[in-house]
Amino acid sequence: MAAPTFEIPKLKDVSVVPAVQPDAMAHIKSFQASAPIQEAVGFPGQLVDNWEQKAIEKMGDLLGKYRSFKVYLDACVHCGACTDKCHYFLGTGDPKNMPVARQELIRSVYRRHFTFAGKYFPKLVGAKDLTKDVLDQWYNYYYQCSECRRCSVFCPYGIDTAEITMAGREILDSIGVGQKYTNEILGKVQRIGNNLGLPGPALTDTLEGLEEDIEADTGVAVRLPLDQKGAEVLLITPSADFFSEPHVESLIGYAKVFHQAGISWTLSSHAAEAGNFGLFIGNYETMRNIALRIRDAALELGVKRIIVGECGHAWRVAYSFWNTLVGIGAGANDPFAIQLQQQLDPRYPAPQHICEFTYDLLQRGVLTIDKSANDHRIVTFHDSCNVSRGSRMGDMPGGQFVIPREIIKMVANNFHDMAAETINESTFCCGGGGGILTDDLIEVRVKGALPRMEALNHVVKDHKVNFMAMICAICKAQFNKVMPFYGFDMSMVGGVHQLVSTAIQLSPKE
Amino acid sequence: MSLLTILYACMFYAATAILVFGVGYKIYDYARTPAPLKIPTTPAPTTNAGVAFRLFREVVFFESLFKATKWTWIFGYLFHGALALVLIRHGRYFQDPVWTLVDLAQPFGLYAAFAMVAGLGGLWARRFLVDRVRYISTLSDHLMLALLLAIGLTGLGMKFVAHTDIVSVKNFMQGLMSFNIQPMPEDPILLAHLFLVATLMTIFPISKLLHAPGLFFSPSRNQADNPREHRYVSAWAAKLDQK
Repeated sequence: MAAPTFEIPKLKDVSVVPAVQPDAMAHIKSFQASAPIQEAVGFPGQLVDNWEQKAIEKMGDLLGKYRSFKVYLDACVHCGACTDKCHYFLGTGDPKNMPVARQELIRSVYRRHFTFAGKYFPKLVGAKDLTKDVLDQWYNYYYQCSECRRCSVFCPYGIDTAEITMAGREILDSIGVGQKYTNEILGKVQRIGNNLGLPGPALTDTLEGLEEDIEADTGVAVRLPLDQKGAEVLLITPSADFFSEPHVESLIGYAKVFHQAGISWTLSSHAAEAGNFGLFIGNYETMRNIALRIRDAALELGVKRIIVGECGHAWRVAYSFWNTLVGIGAGANDPFAIQLQQQLDPRYPAPQHICEFTYDLLQRGVLTIDKSANDHRIVTFHDSCNVSRGSRMGDMPGGQFVIPREIIKMVANNFHDMAAETINESTFCCGGGGGILTDDLIEVRVKGALPRMEALNHVVKDHKVNFMAMICAICKAQFNKVMPFYGFDMSMVGGVHQLVSTAIQLSPKE
Repeated sequence: MSLLTILYACMFYAATAILVFGVGYKIYDYARTPAPLKIPTTPAPTTNAGVAFRLFREVVFFESLFKATKWTWIFGYLFHGALALVLIRHGRYFQDPVWTLVDLAQPFGLYAAFAMVAGLGGLWARRFLVDRVRYISTLSDHLMLALLLAIGLTGLGMKFVAHTDIVSVKNFMQGLMSFNIQPMPEDPILLAHLFLVATLMTIFPISKLLHAPGLFFSPSRNQADNPREHRYVSAWAAKLDQK
């Protein structure tokens, strides 16, 4: 690890809200996308000539298409309820990382161009023209937001800064200012089928290697099938699961669960990616195009169920948006969606989360578990932001908090939750979500992880916790990278299905 | 008819029209703007009845604000609750006979005015004392508090310092309502109070006071969490299905 060029925040025993330090993070600018990257996803290659006019036009377009954007720009009263809720503010002290101030970057321009008060009394209501300086601040600060929705929990009007950030990024993209990290990945997933740009043959190799590893480890031949027509289940999982540590341990866990349950399953090379970065830039059509791959793959492979692996934003898109976007779920009436509805088994929700799937098997006693196999671990659970505040699992609201914890308690003996104000709907983002998981934003990532690191530090001290389980590929990658900055070992990071994998006792297939 | 009477009558007709049509237009505008995706902040109710109850808790108890910050909740609740009582109490200037509810609220509404002023004082103090809130406060945020505070203080002034002729006030108001304009009493505190109220009514549809209708149209609060069970699609997004 190279020596950081910035100060690592100190972990405090009692978390404190920092004093406002204007422009503390003004120097942060994520790498911008090059012209080929931009053009590959349908955006202008560079800042267009009449960008000011185009940006205002785009803002008007979005105001007509998104009620959230319109209502949220009007409704804020500057009450300050959100000001101490964002992990990036808590970690940096930069006031523009307070949700209300982040929104204000766009709201001030909205007022100037779209409201009576801002047109005629700009100074009075803080309305601003869209200058190059304002545009640069949009880029700086809309790429210091992980769209985690924590602020929306506490806002008396439910204003969700994620919606504002998405609109900001969509306007920026439309005038030729995109982020390299996100837009490059959007190109790869649409061209190759996954965010890592892993081609089919490489995927086959990787999966075969994993099968050999599992057999060497357990003596049991567990399969990881790819593109197998007629399988019962299509598993859509983040591509990081194929080769990143510790992600791959969860993939092995899913495979073992399918194996022992005796349910045939397959991955798809066409849709070897659960992540949908279309969400990050708020672009509906991009998000829809990426989701269409899943529907295509399900139809092509003739599966009866679609299950989604451990991935946070992916699960939000799958659970909350797939039905709307491409009719995976009940009620769509275009020919392909109807075909899919006839094909899928109506006894199971579509889509289903891997935790819902495993929890059901555990409850029914289908899986043979030896909890003591996890006795070397003292476990806590990090709720991933978009699972917590943008989705659900099971039949009841809050199932997304209960089900992963129940799984952990069914496969491990030692479990301790972190402080109440840092879990469930109040959970802190890992600091790397929503398009921030790139090395050029490492300072933002390290500082943004502070609230979670402080909460973790408490259970490490009080209960000797040595394993933080989670169900998100981005969370895993982010913590792997930033926890060493805070003196924690990266082996503390892992998936819920990694714990399942350790505890499950396989028997050879009969 | 005095010039003052004509001015105040016109002012109230104009302010009422701006308030009703301005807010009405905003509500129409919010209602016609599609919300293309399901974005309730979860955990969220799974039924429409549950959503109604969630909104009820937000409106009546300020549930989310309570989770966020106790001081702002205390001052905000004090102000809004007291304002509601004061508004109910003012019903007596418009009704004949006065409704029972308004009658019952008279003693409470009277003291609520003090609570209202105290709540506003607390909210304003936060804009100076908390560095984060100070940073985000605009001139209009301060002026809005000043306006409300001035309305409260002039109202209290007429009750506890220099009584105004409320029989004439009621006469004037009822005259306005029946388009049979009656003389406006020439009491400076009353004139100031009513002018400030008309100002508040006028700026309602062009200011942050839109948070009141806005809450009901906030997708993170007014959507049910049932996307797997029911397809939800907006008109412009449905067109993409046809491609």
